[in-house]
Amino acid sequence: MSESISPVLVIDRLHVALPPGSDRPFAVEDISLSIHPGKTLCVVGESGSGKSVMATAVMGLLARELQPGPGRIVLQGESLLEASDQRLRALRGQAMGMVFQEPMTALNPVMTCGDQVDELLRQHTDWGAKRRSEAVLDILRRVKLPEPERMVRSYPHQLSGGQRQRIVIAMAVILQPALLICDEPTTALDVTTQKEILRLIEELQADLSGGHRCAVLFITHDMGVVAEIADEVLVMHQGRAVEYGTREAVLQSPQADYTKMLLAAVPSMTPPPPRPAPLGAPLLRGQDVSKTYSARDWLGRSRLTHALKAASVAVSAGETVGIVGESGSGKSTLARCLIRLIDPTGGQVLWRQNAGGEDDVLLDVARFSEGRLRPLRSQVQVVFQDPNRSLNPRRKVGDSIIEGAMNFGATRAEAMALAASLMGKVRLPAEGLLRYPSQFSGGQRQRIAIARALACRPRVLVADEAVSALDVSVQAQILKLLREIQDELGLGMLFITHDLRVAAQLCDRVIVMHQGEIVEEGPTTALYARPQHDYTRRLFAAAPGAIF
Amino acid sequence: MQVWQLLSQRLWRNSAFRFGVLVLGVLLALAALAPFLGTVDPAAMDSAHINTAAGVRGEFAQLDGTVVAHTFWMGADNFGRDIFSRVLYGTRTSLLVAAFTAAVAIGVGALLGMLAGYFRAVDAVLMRFMDGLMAIPAILLAIALVAALGAQLWTVVVAIAIPEIPRVTRLVRAMVLTLREEPFVEAARALATPTPVILWRHILPNAMAPLIVQGTFVAASAVLTEAILSFLGLGLPADIPTWGNIMAEGRVQFTQYPGNVLFPALFLVPTVLAINLLGDGLRDVLDPKFSKRTS
Repeated sequence: MSESISPVLVIDRLHVALPPGSDRPFAVEDISLSIHPGKTLCVVGESGSGKSVMATAVMGLLARELQPGPGRIVLQGESLLEASDQRLRALRGQAMGMVFQEPMTALNPVMTCGDQVDELLRQHTDWGAKRRSEAVLDILRRVKLPEPERMVRSYPHQLSGGQRQRIVIAMAVILQPALLICDEPTTALDVTTQKEILRLIEELQADLSGGHRCAVLFITHDMGVVAEIADEVLVMHQGRAVEYGTREAVLQSPQADYTKMLLAAVPSMTPPPPRPAPLGAPLLRGQDVSKTYSARDWLGRSRLTHALKAASVAVSAGETVGIVGESGSGKSTLARCLIRLIDPTGGQVLWRQNAGGEDDVLLDVARFSEGRLRPLRSQVQVVFQDPNRSLNPRRKVGDSIIEGAMNFGATRAEAMALAASLMGKVRLPAEGLLRYPSQFSGGQRQRIAIARALACRPRVLVADEAVSALDVSVQAQILKLLREIQDELGLGMLFITHDLRVAAQLCDRVIVMHQGEIVEEGPTTALYARPQHDYTRRLFAAAPGAIF
Repeated sequence: MQVWQLLSQRLWRNSAFRFGVLVLGVLLALAALAPFLGTVDPAAMDSAHINTAAGVRGEFAQLDGTVVAHTFWMGADNFGRDIFSRVLYGTRTSLLVAAFTAAVAIGVGALLGMLAGYFRAVDAVLMRFMDGLMAIPAILLAIALVAALGAQLWTVVVAIAIPEIPRVTRLVRAMVLTLREEPFVEAARALATPTPVILWRHILPNAMAPLIVQGTFVAASAVLTEAILSFLGLGLPADIPTWGNIMAEGRVQFTQYPGNVLFPALFLVPTVLAINLLGDGLRDVLDPKFSKRTS
């Protein structure tokens, strides 16, 4: 009995030093925690909070530049910081299992899944081939993979993201470790898959054989996931522990200001009261837009992939239309057809064109060549997901912002003046125009990308997952900025996202897409209150952390 | 320009790069200062000094009849020409050919690579032509070109550069294929930036690092190829001294006077080594794929 009371993992005043010259002396500073068998401790924090460094310190996989300083990590009574590399290798897999964020890179692409699971058994046990292969099949069944016999022989690329993550989890738990370390295991997955994986981790934790219940150290940035699975929560900020307590205590009556801010930044699932419906004809309209990719195999037979099937959408001035869906739903394909970054294979793409005077006309640009599109492009602008890649790293921010305005005839001086005022609009200092993108944070870069889009005075702004790569607190700021800009300029906005919470807060109307088709659309308030389509209901049910 | 400062610091910390820069610096200085380093006209023949041994001091009768005191640091060949002078002036030729060849191969290769990478229609035709070019051994192609064009500095440069172009084209095309999908390139398209400007402003600068590295390797192989062509008697005209033709002329008497071959080789080897090390250093620093974690 005494064994079940002692904690599996104890971290006592752990420090991990950053190399000299970094923005702070410690990546992890004075962190203490303990996890008991059968319990789940969630470590939450934004990027750069040191949560992953802490987890890698436990695994003994710290990069060489990072030196664990004073402090202790004790796994089942054994101090890990003093353990030899050989001992740590033995402990990994046997005493602690690990699940990482991206299952595709965690698996070896040229080995079958069965061999990869088997490799662990060969390393850590002296079992015979037959016993090992039975154990492999058994664990694949336990992680609920369909047709385990086939999975054993499959290569990682033949499986879906969720199935791959199940393989990784199978590898982590096959030796029945006392501790399971999960570092953002569901971040790369769709919500419905995330739900299943979270449930799987909970189940495995409960029935890991012989009444020996394993402890879970779960790293995440998502408060919704915390609400789903945590027993205890540790909130980290800038390497320090800000708050440590039970899930109820932390989520419902947070003490630290930072925790309160984090919780407040999570958008609510309840949409705000609807705004008055926009007047006037749409600025951007897609009519039965479809996109089909064809690939030929070596016999010359063509195989068609319907990425987008006859989708119709319209955006008016002052209105935000949300397109939500999981990966592969065709939402980005639709957006890219509408901005004409790719050629739709069918349907019409109509852009409102100022034909001089009052008479605006809708022009079908679906078949326009790049040259004919160019003079029209100022109308429709785009903000992309990844702020690290959406700005040319070798050009100064100012040069990036003025590019559009100069393409439409502004002189350099005019464009620079405009860029300076836009920097003010997105709350960045005008001196920033002379710096390079690498000197800005992710959120700041996203502001710059918004300023760049606004510089050619568009009437429609398309935001393709524009806040998905950002921390929640930054995300909240960018959403606020987008709303302000829309109110001020009366832009029509098309907002593509996988995040139902973000869509609820920002969009007037929401379109739900699934497998290349629009399955449901309607005013946000109505759609969130009474989702009609089966798939929409599933999507809503899977959204994590419905408790707050 | 913080970026460049940081980069040059990191480059200087790389020992391969440092070695390459120092050796090349010495060679460049030797080439530039050749007339002032106790040399005589490299083409001048003094019949009094045919096959002089290395290190002999004497007087050299120049073409205009004047006689100067001269030390034959590396001896004289069977025409009575001063090897030391020929080797130093040969450094000029080698470095010129290396620089020009790299410039031509990189320039043309980058242009063709960008066209092939960005325009689907050009791609198929151009790359099949490049594949054809790559199937011909580089030295044979160079020999054929020099034979067809006649031996001059620019024809030698072109002849050495053409076989190198397909490799550069492939490299640039591969990079353009990934860069064109980058969001910042798509953003530029949405901003109505004309295609040539996109290529010049957004794609080329981001493909520059591997291109510079490739350029150093082209330069190193150009030094070698030029020497081989000259050795075969197909390179520059015989009155221009190059390491290759010094060796070719010394070859006949190699057993008696090995210096005629060995002294130019003593310059050739470190030159190629230095350029290659310089390229390795650049690659280690510029290309994150090869950068080793410093312990």
